[in-house]
Amino acid sequence: MGVAVSCGAMVTTAPVEVDRPAGEQDVQPDVPWVVIVWNDPINLMSYVVYVFQKLFGYSRQKATRLMLDVHQKGKAAVSHGTRERCEFDVARLHAHGLWATMQKDR
Amino acid sequence: MAPSRLKRTRKGDFSLEIPESERDILRALPGQLRELLTESDPTTDPALRRLFPPAYLDDAERTAEFDALVRDDLVEQRIAAIQTMERTVDAQRLSEEEILAWLSAVNDLRLVLGTRLDVTEEMDEPDFAPDDPRALMFALYGYLSYLEEEIVAALSTR
Repeated sequence: MGVAVSCGAMVTTAPVEVDRPAGEQDVQPDVPWVVIVWNDPINLMSYVVYVFQKLFGYSRQKATRLMLDVHQKGKAAVSHGTRERCEFDVARLHAHGLWATMQKDR
Repeated sequence: MAPSRLKRTRKGDFSLEIPESERDILRALPGQLRELLTESDPTTDPALRRLFPPAYLDDAERTAEFDALVRDDLVEQRIAAIQTMERTVDAQRLSEEEILAWLSAVNDLRLVLGTRLDVTEEMDEPDFAPDDPRALMFALYGYLSYLEEEIVAALSTR
């Protein structure tokens, strides 16, 4: 496999940028996207809780809170990440019949 | 409310006690969903648009890219679930994989019926005339809602 899961041994040989001030992050973390689930009058509340638990591994409590946000506020942010990650989540939510969209996280 | 029709067994599969009359209803439905998925026009059919909503709210180009990437897979997954439900519609026992296929097909059918009926959250018992075809659709929608609650409850027990 070409991907270094543990990079501890690799960073010692990586070039070091010496002119970066310590502690300052000049690169945005690579998580600028967010997945939104919108309220709809058809999906059952119990089903939405089940889907959030199944797809994201959320606790029943967290999944219920997100479902209630969707139901009462009209929408909820259910996951964050790279564009690819969010597209993956949106596809899985669509496969389960939820009305999900993604956008840049502002 | 009718007695529980679905239970997780100790072995981890699911027992299914559904009367023959209901199985006859369930037998006919997956084929109609397949027909919608394979023959309807996704650009004009609101039910299909509900099954495949745009991934990006304000970005038609990225939504089109997303659809090109995933739409065929999503249709295939849905059709596989339909086939599983058709194959097991008379079963007394379902594996977890099979009951998940039922859940997928039943939820898709609810989305299609709900979209056709234009249901709202406030809509309890709409006053359709008995000869209005929507009266039957609404009864079906209610039955599938009940069945889906049962499936989710069974899946949520350990």
